[in-house]
Amino acid sequence: MKVSIDPELCQGQGRCFSIAPTVFEFDDLGNGVVIGDGTLNEQTLELARLAQANCPEHAIFIEE
Amino acid sequence: MTDKLPVQDFATDWDHTDPQWVSDPYPIWDDLRERCPVAHTERFGGGWFPATHEGVSTVARDTQNFSSRTVVLGNGRPTEDDLPAPIGMAPPITSDPPFHAIARRLILPAFAPGPINALEPMIRDLCNELLDQMAGQDVVNGGMQYAQYISPGVIRQMLGFPPEDIDQFLEFVRIVLEGVDHTLEERIEEFMPVEAYFTKQIEDHLENPRDDLTSYLLDIDFEGAKLPHEWVFGMMVLVLVAGIDTTWSAIGASLWHLASHPEDLERLVNEPELMNVAVEEFLRFYAPVTMARLVKQDMDYLGCPMKEDDWILLGFPAANRDPAVFKDADKFIIDRAENRHVAFGLGIHRCAGSNLARLELRVAIEEFIKRYPKFELADPSSVTWAAGQVRGPRNLPIRILK
Repeated sequence: MKVSIDPELCQGQGRCFSIAPTVFEFDDLGNGVVIGDGTLNEQTLELARLAQANCPEHAIFIEE
Repeated sequence: MTDKLPVQDFATDWDHTDPQWVSDPYPIWDDLRERCPVAHTERFGGGWFPATHEGVSTVARDTQNFSSRTVVLGNGRPTEDDLPAPIGMAPPITSDPPFHAIARRLILPAFAPGPINALEPMIRDLCNELLDQMAGQDVVNGGMQYAQYISPGVIRQMLGFPPEDIDQFLEFVRIVLEGVDHTLEERIEEFMPVEAYFTKQIEDHLENPRDDLTSYLLDIDFEGAKLPHEWVFGMMVLVLVAGIDTTWSAIGASLWHLASHPEDLERLVNEPELMNVAVEEFLRFYAPVTMARLVKQDMDYLGCPMKEDDWILLGFPAANRDPAVFKDADKFIIDRAENRHVAFGLGIHRCAGSNLARLELRVAIEEFIKRYPKFELADPSSVTWAAGQVRGPRNLPIRILK
């Protein structure tokens, strides 16, 4: 299971790293980036899904 | 401005300054969504208002067909002079691609979560100073004594202007905000003292660089040179135009909600861990900002015959109440877990100050309810709401309860 952010779609709304700070962080411009390679376990999957459901730009993708 | 005729039908004659819209726009938008998802008006020289989330999103993301050259609706069709402020370079809010990305990149680092989160203790202190000034009153004004002063206080400190200049600074804020829909000539005249003061500050910061937004802007390296000072002035004015009454409105509306919904106030006091989701629901339910766009060329779009330079009013607050996207859209749910609201806009013009706005809103509410865990509206009928493209309460008398 892996999560990714499409940098073309991300506009730095800031929801993902606030909801799931163990999965996402922000870069110097405030855009969301995945921590590490984006591999998810059961706990982080739930958080990543919640972040995905809150992203106004639909920029978060989860491969299950 | 001449007195306008009251609106009979918002589907064919909308006006966001009509008293009915100003006092309670939500039933109007609900009706439009069902009956006429893209409303039209001949006012303002001609314009359109998409009332659905889909319509708002489509236009917000489509920078090919819609321009941000002017984002505040004027009284007629725009002219080349209709920019929000007399400034050198157009800042990102009023830029289109490809220039937009360059202008935006210059300011985003200063508003990214890293530097913004560092302001939290300063914002908390500021809120407490305001609360101290209100101490002992049975009735406080949540708008005029509290919400109104938070964002100017924060921005004055961010820009690095001296504390003793706060009254002068508040006067500049008033000039800039009231000048938003004035003519270019009027604005040049009105802005003279603002420009003089800001220029003095720019000169002082050049001589004595320090860790603040003014020095940051002056130090930006752009294509091998520093930014021209009129660009820096333009960015400073943008921060005032975009960062003051917007956040103040969000704070005021949130206090208004808590003052009129004791069950939500009690829950937030007892469950402070809800604050982050509550802030997002405040932003969804009371999104203060509506932005305008201009149609770039004649076209049929969203089923409407749009003409070049027609206005589009982008109702982010209306999109946030669309039941097609939000379950129980018309209910304020303080612990709403899934909340894809668009209070800060969508696409390349996402509010550059959103991290700051969220932080100010959260801290302002946290400190207010910590000081006053029980309160109610002192006189609901005396609450007034700002008209125009930024909506929030202005007069907000709140009775402190034991």
